[in-house]
Amino acid sequence: MHSSGSVSPAVLPSVSEFQLRRQSEREPDAEQSTAPAKMKLENLNFYYGKTRALKDITLSIPPNQVTAFIGPSGCGKSTLLRTLNRMNDVIPGTRVEGHVELDGEDIYAPGTDVVSLRRRAGMVFQKSNPFPRSIFDNVAYGLRINNLTHSKSELAERVEASLKAAAIWDEVKDRLKESAYGLSGGQQQRLCIARALAVEPEVVLMDEPCSALDPIATQKIEELIVDLKQRYTIVIVTHNMQQAARVSDLTAFFWLGEMIEFNITEKMFTKPDKQMTEDYITGRFG
Amino acid sequence: MGSTLAGKGSATPLTPNRPSLPFGRAVSSLRARPRIGDPLFKFTTGLFAVLIAGLAVLIMVSMALNSTLPFQKFGFGFLTRSIWDPVAGQFGALPFIYGTAVSSVIALLISVPISLGVAIFLVEKAPRALSNPILFIVQLLAAIPSVVFGLWGIFVLAPMLRNHVYPALQSSLGFLPLFKGNQNGLGLLTAGLILSIMVLPIITAVTTDVLRAVPGIQREAALALGSTKWEATLIVLQNAKSGISGAIILGLGRAIGETMAVTMVIGNRPQISASLFDPSFTIASAIANEFTEATTEIYLQSLIELGLILFLVTFVINMLARLLVWSVTRGEGRGGHA
Repeated sequence: MHSSGSVSPAVLPSVSEFQLRRQSEREPDAEQSTAPAKMKLENLNFYYGKTRALKDITLSIPPNQVTAFIGPSGCGKSTLLRTLNRMNDVIPGTRVEGHVELDGEDIYAPGTDVVSLRRRAGMVFQKSNPFPRSIFDNVAYGLRINNLTHSKSELAERVEASLKAAAIWDEVKDRLKESAYGLSGGQQQRLCIARALAVEPEVVLMDEPCSALDPIATQKIEELIVDLKQRYTIVIVTHNMQQAARVSDLTAFFWLGEMIEFNITEKMFTKPDKQMTEDYITGRFG
Repeated sequence: MGSTLAGKGSATPLTPNRPSLPFGRAVSSLRARPRIGDPLFKFTTGLFAVLIAGLAVLIMVSMALNSTLPFQKFGFGFLTRSIWDPVAGQFGALPFIYGTAVSSVIALLISVPISLGVAIFLVEKAPRALSNPILFIVQLLAAIPSVVFGLWGIFVLAPMLRNHVYPALQSSLGFLPLFKGNQNGLGLLTAGLILSIMVLPIITAVTTDVLRAVPGIQREAALALGSTKWEATLIVLQNAKSGISGAIILGLGRAIGETMAVTMVIGNRPQISASLFDPSFTIASAIANEFTEATTEIYLQSLIELGLILFLVTFVINMLARLLVWSVTRGEGRGGHA
């Protein structure tokens, strides 16, 4: 009943390297997108000290799509997300092997400017983490440190645009000078999204952005994510499989540091190629 | 399998053959009975709490009662009189207040930037394997008895300053009144320097703790927005600013109350001089230094009044500090940051 290893060739992104190569060969007439991968991972291995946390991950993330990483705790999905903007560099004793490309550029190549990489691949964290500043200054932070605006009015314009893009403008427009800590949890998380969007990243990495939020706040952010893919490439790590099903176009399932399956979300949640994926999605383990 | 278990569980108790306990049940009335334990407990702990507060008040009261003579004679003028002449029976606290304030300010001016730098390096830059030993050594500084600092100040620091540093300061910045006059190595600036070394470990240790307490996601948030390490550190400092002011105030408290090392290097002369090279006196060092010589009643009582002033000054400083910390924490996020 379940195909044991052979993957249907119609599937756009697939697990095996072989499939990837084939896909890139026939890229022009690929069904879902004709653009080349926004980010591409090849044989990525990641080590915490001697522990190998990611094993030979190969996948490509298409532009202007929502790609979800799912899997049980400790499967490496957050670690993988953090390799995409080199956030793991902060953790001592870690090591990366393999290739990660952003628009064809190797982001782990020596001489890579990590600061500008992180500007192009922004991140939203599990726990909302606004700075102890005003709402306005939070969003303006990235613009200021990267010198992205030339005048006060331009700064104000872009802050407003970012807050609007994060669907929080109406709630905060009269209190921009107030502390960000006065906002509710869901508002803080949308503020953090606005802050990430303000520097106009190309990729937005979201690490379980709704795990600390109530259902209503979660719904707002999910709607926002679907909205945002018009302009951004989105990668989201989530514990919540319904969330992955609701917001993503593609889903990758990880288990113990390995990528078990990478598939179109619809297919993943109805007729996955791997038995293991089905077992996980139906709650038989994990 | 799972469903059979669930079905069974709802019908029968979890452990069907559990024996009833053989103890029987004690039947107690709901009427209040005299219990001595709780009131006693409340009373004794309450007593201890009152005792501490009472002790502080008592110390203040007894100092006030024992300094009535100079208060009657000089009134509040005691605070602003700059004369200190035991032979003539004339006393005023201003030179001591001045010496205390200036030496403490010098100590903070020197130690705060260094302490912050050390703490930032230890937390943000150095690997744990390096930062922990360094922190340990810094904290060892706090364990050195102040009389040892004083000895070192007299025999090592003061001659070095007199022969090398002060002449250089005078030749380059001598146009300022601060660096005029002759320098014998013992004076306000030397005392400030010694104090700065003594408060450095406190400020460093507390600041290190405070910086370590800043959540890692604050750093990551900054880095993820394209911050450099330095810009992320600024965010960390902003998170920690109330804690850092607390650390600085702790250091100030130590500087103001420090006695032994200061009295050994400050020159012990009750005067107010514009030059930092000149000898001076602090409240604490004056009390320690002159107690044995206080032969007249008004002399002794003037020293006690100095102690009362020191007590009140530290009290006010602590209150100001709390106000400051409070206003900083309250104003969080309002600060326009450029």
